[in-house]
Amino acid sequence: MPIRTMRASGIPRTTGSPGAPDSAHGETGTPVKARARRAGLRGEGTWGWLFVSPMVLILGLFMVLPILMALWVSLLHWDGQSNPFSGQADFVGLDNYRALLTQDGLDRTLFATSLRNNAYYVLLTVPLQTLLALGLALIVNQKLLRVRGALRTTFFFPSVTSSIAVSTVFLFLFQGSGSVNSMLSWIGIKGPNWFADPRGVLSLILGGLGIVDPERPTGMLADHSTLGLSWFEWLSGPSVAMCTLILLAVWTTSGTFMLIFLAALQDIPRELKESAAMEGVNRRQMLWHVTLPALRPVLFLVLTLGLISTWQVFDQVYVMGQGAPGNTTLTPAFLSYSAGFDDADFGQGSAIAFILLALILILTAFQRWALAERGARTGSNR
Amino acid sequence: MTAGTAIRDRAAQPSPRRRASRDRGRPVLSRFPVPWRLAGYAAVLGMGLLYLLPFVLQLVTGFKTDPDAAAHPLALLPTTPTTAAYQRLLGLSQAAEGVPFLRWLGNSALVAVLVTAGRVLFDSMAGYALARLRFRGRSVLFGFVLAVMAVPGVALLIPKFLVLNTVGLFDTYTGMVLPLLVDAAGIFIMKQFFESVPREVEEAARVDGAGVFRIFWSVVLPMARPALITLTILSFQGSWNEFTHFLVSTQSGQYETLTTGLARLVSGGLGGGTQYPLKLAAALLATVPVAALFFCFQRYFVSGANAGAVKE
Repeated sequence: MPIRTMRASGIPRTTGSPGAPDSAHGETGTPVKARARRAGLRGEGTWGWLFVSPMVLILGLFMVLPILMALWVSLLHWDGQSNPFSGQADFVGLDNYRALLTQDGLDRTLFATSLRNNAYYVLLTVPLQTLLALGLALIVNQKLLRVRGALRTTFFFPSVTSSIAVSTVFLFLFQGSGSVNSMLSWIGIKGPNWFADPRGVLSLILGGLGIVDPERPTGMLADHSTLGLSWFEWLSGPSVAMCTLILLAVWTTSGTFMLIFLAALQDIPRELKESAAMEGVNRRQMLWHVTLPALRPVLFLVLTLGLISTWQVFDQVYVMGQGAPGNTTLTPAFLSYSAGFDDADFGQGSAIAFILLALILILTAFQRWALAERGARTGSNR
Repeated sequence: MTAGTAIRDRAAQPSPRRRASRDRGRPVLSRFPVPWRLAGYAAVLGMGLLYLLPFVLQLVTGFKTDPDAAAHPLALLPTTPTTAAYQRLLGLSQAAEGVPFLRWLGNSALVAVLVTAGRVLFDSMAGYALARLRFRGRSVLFGFVLAVMAVPGVALLIPKFLVLNTVGLFDTYTGMVLPLLVDAAGIFIMKQFFESVPREVEEAARVDGAGVFRIFWSVVLPMARPALITLTILSFQGSWNEFTHFLVSTQSGQYETLTTGLARLVSGGLGGGTQYPLKLAAALLATVPVAALFFCFQRYFVSGANAGAVKE
């Protein structure tokens, strides 16, 4: 959610709800406000609560209560059968968290693997989708392009379709003998068996250069491990299968971010560009010294939105492999789900969900803080 | 992107100085030289194909036979065109085993309509109250809405199941619809809109003796048409494409929607063979309603992307 709203969402915090929670923001002058207050309707407070009651009930019941219940369940060893609040399930304290973070074992290895996979997913998806979206926006913003409307529609369309439906299409395109590999064979490349290939891309590249032997890693990389995963496994990069998920994410999200960039491009004052043109700047200088600096706040917004959403990848994983091959498409969100619903270990699943929740909330808090800071700093001329 | 930047990088010739044109539509810099323009067009066309081709292949493959789809995954024309996949999905011929497509369609439609109606009503009520009505706790509630917007849905999969299971709504239509009836992002959009409505309108109605509900219902809400259309479209799209909530709130086949049903069909490998024509046809039909909305109301999608939640 872009510039305008994010900026606006920062405003209540910075211009101070605490002091005057009931004062109207904006245009209303004091005399008008006073008159309005005198003429204020009886029972406005009651009406207010009546109007927000559906929201309070539903968000309370299905957002706040679940979080509290899950916090409790994450401290239990619970298989989903009994009632978790009756005391039949074992209270195990922080054991679920310990198994994920400090204790050697399968749980920790799986969790570390899912973190590694998702980290690579974030690391590749965010820059690629941002660059692509920026490029698409610059193209669609070309005034002389006759087909800009059609292009905008084309680039944006994948963003509005269902993630399950487009994942189905990608499964078809990237099969072993599918469309993508047929296309690659035109230029003499034998494509991999995408969804069945657990080999890490980085290790493949390094292996190809003869630096490490992916089959038998030796030395420091194999001897050291962090969170139960050897350094070699940490550093081997996203698997070939994960790369298809990354391509899918880049392809589906670039349209939305393109629109955000496009709105910002069209907000650049024409006078600014005209005076730069009068100075005789060329296109490259215009891009580097006029256009891109003007896009900086939006660039930050898009990067952080991408960062927040890529840590939540789930639907695609569910459809395109459920962690296979070799756990290389496993992500924390999917691990949490499968720990609960496939392995009936809801305590463990809740614990994973909480770690993920904490991670995402920290990222979001950082984003909002930074946007509010910026809003406060540039607030005067906006 | 390749086109745009490459062209910019090379066109290092300073553009001839000229007076700023009065015509706002004209570009600031001079046009690209012809060869670069042609190369640019080719690259742009390539980009467009990259975004279109998957959908074209999906459409075409739906009319192929299974062996044809496997042997010629790139062919833009079926060797032996057949509507078998569509007939099986729509129950016109022997129905596909384990693929009650019409049931999925009905469930998706029912849920999407109920959720959309609920969100439009409740989101605008809450948005209006937060924007205009003075009551104790208003700013706390708005902070709450902002906080809820930050909570990622995928972290709530097990938590939501816990609540639905405890209150006995697991595996019911109520459990599918009720939790989706209000969404924080929609409330946010409506609040933003209502804050932009001039207060004088309400004051005038107030002087005429209208009550809070009347002012909201017959004065302010009719003015909110653009925001309401945006909200309707976003809600419909969101609930039609919703997957995770239905995944954890139901388990019986009778409650499967297009998304959960299709996901089971695709990931579980129901029946023999890959059945790609069937799967792609089902995915295509599942996309049609939102696609139709998109092509009719694109500008509302655009304003939604620029004003509301970004759903991946």
